[in-house]
Parts: sequence; C-alpha cells; structure tokens
Amino acid sequence: MPYKIVASQCTSCSACEAECPNTAIAEKAGIFVIDPAKCTECIGHYDSPQCAAVCPVDNTCVVDPALPRHSALT
Amino acid sequence: MQQSEELSGGIDAGSQPLDELMQKIADHKGCGSSGGGGKSSCGSSAGQGDLAPEIWEKVKNHPCYSEEAHHHYARMHVAVAPACNIQCNYCNRKYDCANESRPGVVSEKLTPEQAAKKVLAVASTIPQMTVLGIAGPGDPLANPEKTFKTFQLISETAPDIKLCLSTNGLALPDHVDTIKAFNVDHVTITINMVDPDIGAEIYPWVFFNHKRYTGRDAAKILTERQLQGLEMLTERGILCKVNSVMIPGVNDAHLVEVNKAVKSRGAFLHNIMPLISAPEHGTVFGLNGQRGPTAQELKALQDSCEGEMNMMRHCRQCRADAVGLLGEDRSAEFTTEKIMTMDVKYDSETRKAYQQKVEQERQATVAAKNLELATLAGERSDIKILIAVATKGGGRINEHFGHAKEFQVYEVGTDGAKFVGHRRVDLYCQGGYGEEDSIETIIRALNDCTAVFVAKIGHCPKDSLAEAGIEPVDRYALEYIEQSAISYYKEYLDRVRDGEVTHVARGDADIRQGAFISA
Ligand code: SF4
Ligand code: SF4
Ligand code: SF4
Repeated sequence: MPYKIVASQCTSCSACEAECPNTAIAEKAGIFVIDPAKCTECIGHYDSPQCAAVCPVDNTCVVDPALPRHSALT
Repeated sequence: MQQSEELSGGIDAGSQPLDELMQKIADHKGCGSSGGGGKSSCGSSAGQGDLAPEIWEKVKNHPCYSEEAHHHYARMHVAVAPACNIQCNYCNRKYDCANESRPGVVSEKLTPEQAAKKVLAVASTIPQMTVLGIAGPGDPLANPEKTFKTFQLISETAPDIKLCLSTNGLALPDHVDTIKAFNVDHVTITINMVDPDIGAEIYPWVFFNHKRYTGRDAAKILTERQLQGLEMLTERGILCKVNSVMIPGVNDAHLVEVNKAVKSRGAFLHNIMPLISAPEHGTVFGLNGQRGPTAQELKALQDSCEGEMNMMRHCRQCRADAVGLLGEDRSAEFTTEKIMTMDVKYDSETRKAYQQKVEQERQATVAAKNLELATLAGERSDIKILIAVATKGGGRINEHFGHAKEFQVYEVGTDGAKFVGHRRVDLYCQGGYGEEDSIETIIRALNDCTAVFVAKIGHCPKDSLAEAGIEPVDRYALEYIEQSAISYYKEYLDRVRDGEVTHVARGDADIRQGAFISA
C-alpha cells in the first residue's frame, strides 16, 4: 500500500507509470497518483520500488507514512 | 555536416567536396550495407558523386545533417516522449533542455494522435517540412509505445516525410529492429564519453533492468549500451549521428577519444555542441558553476576532430518542439489548440513542386560559388578570416542586421569559404529602435569575425561594429553567401597587400546561453 507521489514535485513525466508492476500509477487530470490499494512496494517483483528508482526528482515517490507498510500487511 | 554546400567542390584542396564526404559516408556503411560505390575521383563535380543513391537521398534534404539543405528545408520535432531512463547533470527535466534540444516537461505534451495531426498540418502548410524528429521531452526509447505509434500514424498518411529520433542510447539495443521496421533512417545518439570515470561526472544515475545504478557503474552500462546500439544501427544500414556536449574540464579533451570510438563504429557525422549552462536552468552543472566553452574553444575542438570524420557545425540546439526552418521557429502557429480545430488535408503535390524549385535554386548557388572560387585559383595566402552573415535562409544574405536572431559564420581562405558555425544573438532591433546594450552582446558574440554581411543596417550599429573592428558590409545584399564571402576575401587580400588594412588575428567570442527559440 504505502508509496505515494508528492504532487508538488512531480514533473508529470510518466516514467513511473510504465515501470510499476502492479499498474498502480495513473494520470488523473494531469497529475500522477498511486493507488494505495494496488501498490505492493514492488515486493515480490523487484528489489527496489520501481517508481522511486526511475523518478527524476529525488524524494518524490516516497513511503506514505499515513498508511501501514505493505510487508507488514501480508 | 560542415560543408555539404560543397556540392560540386573540386577546385579547392583544403575544403572537402560533398561527393568526397558522401564517399566517406558510403565507406562507413561498408559493413553489410548495400551502399558504398567505388572511390570517387577527386575533383569530380557531380553532387551525388558515386554515392549509392539511397544514401544520398537520405542525407541531401535533411535540414539537420546537410548544411546546405538546412537553408531550404525544415524539420520539426514533436514532444510525445516525456519519460526518461537516465539523469544528466546538464538537464533539469522540468525545463526545456538547451543541450539536447529537448523541450521540458513544462512544454506542451502531445499524444501520438495529436502529434500525427500536427505533423500533417505543418507539412501541408510548410512544404519545406521534410523531417520529423522525436527527441523528448524525455528519451524516445524510454517511451517506445508513444514514439513508435507516432511514427506509424505518420508513415501511413505521409510516407514521404523522413523520420528520425534522438536518444541517450541506453535502451537503443532493444529497439533497433523496430527502428529498422519503421524505416527510420536517421538516429542521433548523445554520447558524451566512452570512459566510465568521466561518465560518472556527467551522469548521476541510469535506470536499467529495473534497477537504479549510480556512479561509475551507471556510466559503464550507458557507454556499453550506446556503442552496442551504434554498431547495431550501422549493421542494419541506418544512418547514425553522434551528438556530444562539450563540457570544459570534464570531457573536452576526451571528446577526441569519443570521436575515434564513434567513427570506428560507423557514425556518419559527429556534432560537438557547447554546454549550455546557467544557474537559472537549475541543472547540476548550472548550479555548481560549470561553464560552457567559448566559441574559439569549440571551434578548436571541432577542427581537431575534423581530420577524423565529418563534423556538423550548423546544429542550433533547437528546442525540440520547434517548427520551421532551422533558424525560424513557427511553433506559435501550430499550437495543439489550433491544430485540433484544423481540417488537415495532406497536400503532396504542392510539396513536390516546392521541392523541385529548391533543387534548382540549390544548383544555382553552387554554380555561383564555383564561378567565384575559380577566380581565386592560384592565390595562396595563410590568411583566414571569419565572416558573420545575417540570413533568413536560401543561401543568401537577406536579413536586416537588426532582425537577425543569429548569424552564420563562414571561414574564408584561399581554399574557399566554409561554414563553421552560427552565433545566436538577441535581437538588436525590436521595431526599429537600436538598443545600446544589445549591440555589445552582439559584438561579443561576433568578436572573432572580420566582417558582418547584412542586407541592411542602421547607422548606429554600423558605427559600433566598425569601432569594435568588425566591418559591416551591406553591398552584397541579397547575393549568395559563399560567392560574396569569397569575393570579399579577395578584396581583403588586396587591401592587406596595398597596406590599406593590417590583418590582425581577432579574439574569442561568446556563445549565447539558451536553446534556440524564437524571440
Ligand atoms: S512502489 Fe512499486 S508497486 Fe508501488 S507504486 Fe511504486 S512501482 Fe508501483
Ligand atoms: S516519475 Fe516522478 S516525476 Fe515522473 S511522473 Fe512519476 S512521480 Fe512524477
Ligand atoms: S538541435 Fe536543431 S539543428 Fe541540431 S539536430 Fe536537432 S533539429 Fe537539427
């Protein structure tokens, strides 16, 4: 569940959208949002969260502290 | 391509006739391609030379690759590819990238369908438009679906438009076959280094195989993929140009190595561009005060690579969503909003007619130059001068000094006139009034030139230029550039001989910061 995009920093480059193994990321009215219900932190797919690895702006794809960590859920 | 205007060439020894140049291209493509005729004899005068027709066809009307064609034809880029897979220190993805002629994400983004419609609308309005490129805002091959969908839509309706793309090369090996299938005939790879240690100073990271690599590892992956991609393109007979950004103190000396590496792998043209860096761009290099090269530093590096392979000196680092002739941005006429309401009919007849006219004009230019050049035969002098020219295109001196947003710079010697670059300037005159401080910037940009050729010039700037030691010349108004340059040079030699002027080596000049966009 727990990644989110800091909208104020996002350049809307769409790079994360294509990399997400769970199609959790979508463009809504020009800004990119992560669907927390679909995000698995890439666990089971890749070693690192893909959105954060490809994002050109540091600290833009970040763990959402308001939500429980995905690994803790399963 | 520094002097494809040498269409018929031949008389001069020092500068290189086009057919010889084309021969080199043919030679480069020797491995497995169908091109490459026999050796062309020096001094032959056919433009196409012995060049395999398909290669000549590919190059001659390309406004980026052929210095001569860029007077007459136009290219456009569409911004369909926002994502990127690497980070460069000279790039801030939010803004237009001046170095890679890529619009920033803040520029208009297009869907493939919008892009295709835009291309057809522009091509129907501007018959010069012969080339469509995809260069960004990110990396076209980091957005393969969008990039190839755009190519597909355009090739279905307008098969005569040439397709090209620019890439950082990281994803290139994966897409070479698709590129071939879409009949893309020009690919540009930006290669700034072949040494990972140098690369680590240019690229903070790359995203490859689902992983972010940093430092030397990142640069090593990047250079391997770039060179592999280049080899694969060469094997398939796809023309490949290499762009390098010259970053003083980082890769400037190293670019000679890069030049050798890309040449040996079949790149047909190498374009060394100055780093464009200002703090307000917010790039790493902009913020840490990394400077760009001066005009003379750039020219010296281009000269030292020239023996190795063909250098391209007329690249303007245009913004990638620019529309029009290389020096003339008409984007404002073709905003998405306007395009979507247009009823576009692709008019291939008008386009053909225009292109035939251009062909005639082009031959006339070459004939005029050769006539003039013949009168120089037998003259020998070590004196070489630079001449700045205000032109709107068409190979003629047809721009008012005050309206020039850039000057083309020619180097003239006893072996002829050769295009060596251009200098962007701020408009001197907005609505007819000269402004004091802009003349100083223009003088700094042209400081290494002996003369400036214009169609017309006002009194004030005329005096300031003369004071700075740059002779303003309007007597060749509307004439052919090279013919006039040679004629001026002959007179200049006479004046030096008569002691009327003393030839002095001119100083260095500034490179204006910022991507080429309409003012
Ligand atoms: S962390 Fe992985 S699963 Fe979650 S949004 Fe990012 S890419 Fe998708
Ligand atoms: S990769 Fe980063 S900047 Fe690009 S759309 Fe995703 S969150 Fe925004
Ligand atoms: S930046 Fe302009 S001149 Fe250079 S290759 Fe691109 S379109 Fe051509």
